[in-house]
Amino acid sequence: MLEVHHLAVCYRNNWAVRDLSFCLHPGQLTCLLGPNGAGKSTVVKAILGLIPKVQGKVLWNERPLKSQLHRIAYVPQRVQIDWDYPVTVQNVVMMGRTRSTGWFRTPSRYSLELAKNALERVEMLQYAKRPIGELSGGQQQRVFLARALAQEADLFFFDEPFVGIDKKTEDIIFDVFAELKQSNKTLLVISHDLSETLSHYDRFLLLNQSLIAMGRDREVLTPANLQQAYGKKLNLLVA
Amino acid sequence: MAIWHWLSEPLMFEFMRNSITIGALLGVLCAVVGSYLIVQQMSMIGGVISHAVVPGLSLAFFWNINLAMGAFIAGILSALVVVGIQTRSRIKVDAAMALVLTSFLSLGVILISLLETNQLDLSLILFGDILSVVPGDVGKTLVITIVILILVKLFYKELLFYTFDPLGAQASGLPVNALYFGLVCAIVLTIVASMQTVGVLLVMALLVGPAITAYLLVKELHQIMILGSVFGIISSIGGMYASYYLDLPSGPAIVMVITIFFILAFFFSPSQGILTAALQKRVGHIYPDSE
Repeated sequence: MLEVHHLAVCYRNNWAVRDLSFCLHPGQLTCLLGPNGAGKSTVVKAILGLIPKVQGKVLWNERPLKSQLHRIAYVPQRVQIDWDYPVTVQNVVMMGRTRSTGWFRTPSRYSLELAKNALERVEMLQYAKRPIGELSGGQQQRVFLARALAQEADLFFFDEPFVGIDKKTEDIIFDVFAELKQSNKTLLVISHDLSETLSHYDRFLLLNQSLIAMGRDREVLTPANLQQAYGKKLNLLVA
Repeated sequence: MAIWHWLSEPLMFEFMRNSITIGALLGVLCAVVGSYLIVQQMSMIGGVISHAVVPGLSLAFFWNINLAMGAFIAGILSALVVVGIQTRSRIKVDAAMALVLTSFLSLGVILISLLETNQLDLSLILFGDILSVVPGDVGKTLVITIVILILVKLFYKELLFYTFDPLGAQASGLPVNALYFGLVCAIVLTIVASMQTVGVLLVMALLVGPAITAYLLVKELHQIMILGSVFGIISSIGGMYASYYLDLPSGPAIVMVITIFFILAFFFSPSQGILTAALQKRVGHIYPDSE
């Protein structure tokens, strides 16, 4: 279980998020939901130690997460990546094996096999030798999903994985999420999108600088909560 | 026979042998390090570092310590100042670089005048003099080149991950700050090693030119390094011959050969050349069956 206790992050002398506490459970798909600028990416980056936190503790199975980073797979937002980078699909997926391969070593046959299986799972094996820049947005997202799978992580973080992708990719991503849940992995997905895809998630964390609500859809996605988070009246037909 | 004579004549002179060897070594070193600069979108940091070495040179001259050491420390410092400004404020990296470059250069010029170290030949620093290279310099450059090639080989997969997806690499627990610092050290070392040959103004061309030419032709980072090295070697040697036979200044002659390679790749690269598609269309029009 991932526990976040009283997390607070400052960004250029302003509070980005304050006093955030929640847990993520194995075998569950949790959605971190909120409008643009709510601090969703900041929360995940602070959990992973990518940005400094002012306050707070992050534990994975009762030990600091910081000492167990190899258990984490993180897929950043698409805009964070330079898609013109000269690298092939195969080698992007192999990046997921960098840590477990270790310094000064070449990847094992097992790692190569994992990368191949991961690419096959997201239906991208035939593109293995292609430069990443020649793919569509959805295909690129699937390659990153394959990289996360190849990592054999226990804890998965996806930052806005559904932005700018096609329907086929969306279906594949949710299928893979379901399989990861089956194998008792812990998943957190950042989204700002209030569409029908919300029905895929087990739990929600509704965020706007601080936690507005958490729990199942009926408890979280109420008109009052959504108005508080998004600042306007919204009617969601989730229930 | 005439070609053989044409090729071998310059090699009769020791200064030509030395300068061609060091030029070829720098061609490899700069292309490999420059590949990281272009994929990091940090080409201009090369310009910053190459100008920022001036105060280091002046102080080293004044304190009578190794000039390369002074240049190295000042270069590292400038890169760290750029990163410090960029990460701790809302100022974008290009603006930070513009200020750091001019500040360090100005400080260097002031130090030269204050410390009266004007025996330090600024034009030599700025434009270099490849013809003054002695065998000891060739040896030093050879060692730096071999060390950096070994380090790149050893840390290739970590550097690939870090330069492609720094956040992902950091999240997986790679020591990204150490990797970045290592890259900066390699860049500064390369610039210091190239200073005498082509000078700080033209070292940018050696760092970036062969690498971006290769970037237009091949698909993977290691291929860019290899092909860029080939372009670097040919440019250095070609520039030296041009300088010998046409009586051109050596550094700029090397840079012009680099530029010619880039222009050819820019127009005629099979995959990305801006004239390639038009030419193929024309050939297809003349020989429709060949498609």
